[in-house]
This record gives sequence, structure tokens and C-alpha cells, in this order.
Amino acid sequence: MSNNMNGTNKGKRLSRRKFIVRGGLGSIGLLALGSCVFINPLRRSAYGISESLVLPYSGKGTEANLWFEFTTENTLIFHSPKVEMGQGIFTGYAQIIADELDIHIDQIIVQAAATNTGILDRFTTGGSLSIAQLYKPLREMAAMMRQMILNEAANKLNIGKNALILRNGMIEYTGGALSYAKALEGVKDWKLPKKFDLKSNSEFKHIGKPIARVDLEDKIVGAPIFGTDAEMENMLHATILRPEHIGSKMREVNYSEAEKMPGVVRVVEGDGWLGIVAETFSEALAARRKVNVSWDIPKIWTEKDLRAYLKVGEGKRMVTQKEGSALEKEDEACISMEFSSPIGAHAQMEPNGAVAKVENGKAIIIMSTQSIGATQKSVAKALGFKTKDVNVVAKYLGGGFGRRLDTSHAVEVALMAREVGRPIKYSFTRKEEFQNDMFRPPTHHIVKGKMAPNGRLSHLEHHYASGDVAINSLLMPPAMSKMLGTDVGAMRGANVMYGNIKNRRAVQWHKTLPFATSFWRSLGLLANTFAIESFIDEMALNHQIDPIQLRLDSLAEDETQTRIKKVIQLAAEKSQYQNELQGNRAMGFAASIDVGAPCAHVAEVSLINNVLKVEKVTCVFDCGLAVNPDQVKAQCEGSIIMGISAAMHEKMGIKDGRLYPINYGTYDMALMKHSPKEIDVHLIQGVDDPLPVGEPPLGPIAAAIGNAIRRLTGKRLTDLPMKLA
Amino acid sequence: MKISFKINKEERLVDVDGNTPLLWVIRDILHLKGTKFGCGKAACGACTIHVDGKAVRSCSMPIKMVAEKKITTIEGLSDGKLLHPVQEAWKKEVVPQCGYCQPGFIMATAAMLDKIPNPTDEDIDQNIINVCRCGTYYRMRKAIHLAASLMDKDEQ
Repeated sequence: MSNNMNGTNKGKRLSRRKFIVRGGLGSIGLLALGSCVFINPLRRSAYGISESLVLPYSGKGTEANLWFEFTTENTLIFHSPKVEMGQGIFTGYAQIIADELDIHIDQIIVQAAATNTGILDRFTTGGSLSIAQLYKPLREMAAMMRQMILNEAANKLNIGKNALILRNGMIEYTGGALSYAKALEGVKDWKLPKKFDLKSNSEFKHIGKPIARVDLEDKIVGAPIFGTDAEMENMLHATILRPEHIGSKMREVNYSEAEKMPGVVRVVEGDGWLGIVAETFSEALAARRKVNVSWDIPKIWTEKDLRAYLKVGEGKRMVTQKEGSALEKEDEACISMEFSSPIGAHAQMEPNGAVAKVENGKAIIIMSTQSIGATQKSVAKALGFKTKDVNVVAKYLGGGFGRRLDTSHAVEVALMAREVGRPIKYSFTRKEEFQNDMFRPPTHHIVKGKMAPNGRLSHLEHHYASGDVAINSLLMPPAMSKMLGTDVGAMRGANVMYGNIKNRRAVQWHKTLPFATSFWRSLGLLANTFAIESFIDEMALNHQIDPIQLRLDSLAEDETQTRIKKVIQLAAEKSQYQNELQGNRAMGFAASIDVGAPCAHVAEVSLINNVLKVEKVTCVFDCGLAVNPDQVKAQCEGSIIMGISAAMHEKMGIKDGRLYPINYGTYDMALMKHSPKEIDVHLIQGVDDPLPVGEPPLGPIAAAIGNAIRRLTGKRLTDLPMKLA
Repeated sequence: MKISFKINKEERLVDVDGNTPLLWVIRDILHLKGTKFGCGKAACGACTIHVDGKAVRSCSMPIKMVAEKKITTIEGLSDGKLLHPVQEAWKKEVVPQCGYCQPGFIMATAAMLDKIPNPTDEDIDQNIINVCRCGTYYRMRKAIHLAASLMDKDEQ
């Protein structure tokens, strides 16, 4: 694509009515426009989307949406349709705006847009899409705003536009300077520029630079920026009693004793839950312990039941990849291996919850959520309000990882707040989090393949069983699930990426589990890549072929395949990959491609006193244009460490019919001592635009570790988490 | 019961049930939100503060245990306008992602450096046992070593 896009404002692309100007509250100029402008008219097929493409940004186009707001202090507030959950997207947005608007980065405040600003992204914050989707629209909008400031200034100063220089939020001219705020003062009617220029890449001063995060200071001084930090006047606290056994329901409940506990204001009976509202959270928790409940428990689930229930060959079958011919059943040259991954918890550090106030037919919900729009709608529906009478204010998220794509508990808080007539803060306890997560589903895989006499793979088949990821989620209406027939989330990374393996198959076996499973950072990618890349490594070892050469030979020649090749080659080079055991250390190699972004990891694992440790990871990642290379690297580091945790530690089980464990510590996670002391990240810009960054580097990590362990111990570990017996 | 203590150099008196976890007094009565609720069982360290200079997980400490003691939270860690060297190091290494666990880690690190001014990697592994879900451990380790050297310089 061209780096020098000249944005032309054609009438049919942009409606002048969508611009509004409001005054007061210290704001002097607000730029609002219908985001329908930016909906890519090209509707891509759902398969294509899940495979490699970046969904277009798709906001609601029915009302004017507030994007930019200038204050009298010459500060620009950007109302972001996406929330910040740690990936540094607010910093990326500030960089993009700073470049196109010629404003200093310190003059920009990025904040999550409340629903009453009109900015809503139908596709939520997730899928690592926030920078990739908004890169172009945001540049265009900032460039348009710049042009309007220039036009206004030229009018006010009565100086030709060519004699004006825009820099650091100031308009400079011979003999003086005018701030953007001054230039915008008194503007009642925006004159939309017919033409505006985007900066060329060579003019970027912020994009592509490792600028420090805009939220850095707040996050090291403990500023009250998270959903759980919100307070309202006269606020009460609530806890909720929920079923603990898988599939169980409340039958009878007696809370007369709880009602008499100190501080208790009200006990609220909900549909399948019981809310205890008290003056303090501690009092609410104490009262909850006094509630007597009898439960309907239709079945005491065991881990064995689950393994039998979810396996390849069971459930709804769907072929997700079909190239060439299938392996013959009786083919003796065919190798087959089985893999599995367990239920995974999100375990994000900030517990879910919300603060809600319902008064005079309107509701305000303050919370950490990835799904502002869906939350607003569900609260409105539950209260019988119009959607516009519910304002959801999103704060910084203390981790998301997919968990907060469903924040329907906002409904429960709103109902309690209405019943009690006072604002209420509700917070999950950690036990509630672990038992009511929207878990990463367990998976089961059978991978089969065959080596041709020329030392190349002729066949590769991946059969994978998974619980719901996208199916039954808020983002995937039942009708769409039915139409697709495939869980596109479980499919991430499931298809064989190697184009030169002539015969490739991927077959999904889907079942809905008796507890909620959903999106967990990178969806199916981690487990699917673990299965396929472990298998390829085993084939290389069995045939005494260099595992990197086998991968390179398996790739075809087109543009994407070449980008995968480059990532693999550079990872081998930068890690100085050794296929042989080095004393008590060994290296393991793996690669994947997710949403068009290829990544390769080399894990260096040691075995000392029967303890496995990842000492170093070399990561090569083709992320396209890195708006902030330091934060892309931070995402790689984070993905690697979260991946180590999933690959070697984490496992949710079932105990006495309940999901278990119920807290940190017993839910074994990677800590400081398990974290590699060296993480060497190399970024490649294989395409001109930014690609999704937060999830693709999770893909190869489990397989890379497993491949190293195979060389260290001679054992092929096929079940996550990988543990030595 | 009435309990008095010093928090961030200020004398405070609260009248609550003596078994109330210190965390909730800090967050909901004193409105200091930098100390976080993570697990309620002293398992994650998000609520780490200092009591008489020692790192304590405040979610599991009853308020009655801190009568007449000195408490420091993240809000009181730095002296006046300057950042504490641990915060300075955190800033330099751009450690936080979501940021929720970071005050707990910063408080745990400050307490460790008080005890072990020049920690080895092994000291860090043994003493910094909080949970970070974003996986910022790699940068934290670098920041801890940097903080140690910054504090070393301060003393010279």
C-alpha cells in the first residue's frame, strides 16, 4: 500500500451532519463524526477473518460520535472506542495522533469513551485488534482535524496557510504563535476540509518509536484508575452467592440469619443468584457465610468424565482444512500422535465487578469491561430501560485476556442497586473468579503425518476436539454459529500452515461443555500449535532431519509463506540454534502464524536436579509496522511468560464436582523464579501496516519448550502442562 | 473497636470490627486505592504494604494487629515529589502492562532492598513471589537490579 495516502473527503464518504460542536465544561472544540465512515465496505467471509485478516473497525454509525475534544489548556482528549487492558494501545493511539496532528505527546490524554459519547465498537476490545483496526481511521481523523485547525488559524490570523507551521500544538507564523485551542476558540460550525494530507512514513516522529507508555506514571504510583477503584457517594458493597458445583442450581435458600448480620442492608434474590448488600465488603462476605442453601446437582462431574466427553471422534465434526488427499487408514508409514491441553483459567489480577447507580430511569455503570456495548444493552434490557439511558463508563482493566468479553454481572449489580435505591459496588471474590470463569476449553488432538522418501512431509492431518470458544459467546449469535458450523475461535492455529505439504487436513470436533468456556488469550492457537509443531519436531527427529530445514522445505513460495520462512530463518540465526543437547541444556524450535502475523520461538531449557527451567527464549515476530516497538516487545515477553505458565504450570481440575483450584498458589502459575532471565525479541516489518500483536507470540511457546524437553530428556511430553513424572 | 495507627506519616483513628482486613480499611475507609485486592488469602501479593518497614499482605492482616504501628502504602512510598528509586527504576524499564499488580510488586521490592541492598537473581526469585498475570517478570528483574544500583548511588 501507499505510505502517502492522500485522504480525500468525498461527500458520500462523510456526512457533514456528523460533525458537532459543543461548548462548556472547559472544552472549546469537540470533533465528532459518524464512524460509519470507516466501516470497510468489504464484508469478509468469517473463515477468512479468523484465518488471517484484520477485521475492519466497525463502530455504530447511527449517531454522531465524539472522538476529539480540545480543552482551553490546549490539551487534546481522545475518547478511545477501545479500552486499555495492558497492551499499551493508548500509547499507540497517542503516537498516531501526535504525528498526524503535529501535537506533543504530553498534550494528549487518551481515555476510554463512555457509552454516552456515542463511540461504541461492535467488535469490543479484543483479538489484539485495537491498533491494527484503528491505525488508518485514526490517522485520517487526526489529519482531518489538523487541516481544520490550519484552516481556522489561517482565517483568524488572515495569513496564508503556506506561511503557517503546525508544531507541538502551536501554529507558528512570522512574529508569533497561536495555540490550537486559541485557533479553535469560538468555532461553532466546522468546515470540513475537502482535502487533507496524511504524513508519509518518513515524516513520523512518534510512530515506530519506543515511546514510554502514557499510563506509566499512574501505574507506578498506584493511581485509582481501575474499575474496582471507582466509588460513588453513599455507596454500599455487595457480594453474590453462586452455585459451586458444575451444572448445579439453587433449590432452596434461607437467608434470615444473614439478614441479621452487622452492616447488612438487604438480601436480593436474583435469577439463580443471591446478592448480599452491606455497608462494607467484609460485612457482606461475613453475612454470605450465614446463608443456607440447598442445591440441585444433576451430576457430580469428574475429570475422567470430561476426558471421555471431549475427545476427537466425539461431537460435531467439521472439516476446516482440506487440501490434497486424506491419509489411508491402513497406511503403515503414517505416524500418529495424541496431545491434550487442560482447562485454563484467565486469573486476571483485577477481580470482576462493577459500581452501579440506578436513579430516575437512568443507570450508570463504572467497570472494567472489554464489551462496553454488549454490557450497556444487557443492563438496559434487564432494567427495562432504553439503551441510551444506561451509561457504561469503562476504566483501565486490571487484565482482560478475554475474560471481560462477557461482563454480564453488570446486570446483577444494576438490579441490586435499583432494588436498594443506593449505588452499589460489587466485586467477585477470587473463589468466584476461579469457579465462574469463562475458561479456556480443554482440548484433545490427534496429529497424523507421513514422510515422503525425499525427506519431506507428504501428509499432515490435525484432528482437534474443543469446547466452545466463539460458539455461544456474546460475540457470536447462535444463528451465526449454526451457519458457520465451526467454532472459529477453536480453529485458530488449527489448520496446517505449511503450504508445501501437499496433503493437509484439519478436522474440528466440537462439544459444548457443562461449564462456560470462551476466549482465552490466543484462543485455540496455543494448544493447536503445541500439537502440530511438536509432531513436526518428532518427525524431524525420527528421520534425522534438521527441524528447521524440514519446516522451510514444507513452506511454499507465496508472500505469506515467504514471511513465515523469514521468521524461521532469523530465529534460527539469532538463537544460534543447536539441534544437539548442550550439557544440561537444550533448545527447542517452533513457529506459527496467527491473524497474518508469523512468529518463531527458540526456547532454551535446562534440567538441573530434575527441575526444568526455561532459561532463554529467542523470539522473532513479523508484526508489520510496529507503532511502538518497545511495547510490541513487551507483548512478546508477556506472551512468552504467560505461555510458559500455561505450558508448564496451569491446570484447572474438577474436585467433588466443583472446578478446582479456587485461588492463586494452588492454581499453579509461573512466578518470577520461572521466568527466563533472557528474552531476546527481534521484530520484522513484513507488511506496511500494523498487525495484531497481543496474541500471535503465544502460539509457538509450548511447542518450543516441549521440543527442548524432548532433546533434554528423550521424552516427548504430549499433555499440557508439561511435567516430568 | 477504635484503633489508631500511622499511615503514610499521618495519624489515623478508625472505629471498625477489629477483624476487618487491613486492606479494606485502607481502600474503603481511608480511600487509598493503590493497594489492590487480588485474592483475599495472601496468595498473590497485590495488596502488599509495609508495616513497620516489613512487607505485609494486607488482605489477610486484621486491623487490630496494626494498632500503634507505622503503615506505608504505595501512595506514601516516595518522599514528597520525587519517585522512590524502585518506582524510578520501574519507570525506566517501562515495566507495567495492565498495572494492577505493580504497586504490590513495588512495595515488595522496596522492602526486600531494605533487607538485601544488592540482591542476586536468586534473592529476587526467593523474595519476590507476587503474581503478575501479564508476565512482566522479565522487566521487573531488570528494574530490581537497577533500583538496587540507584539506591546504592543515593547512599554514596
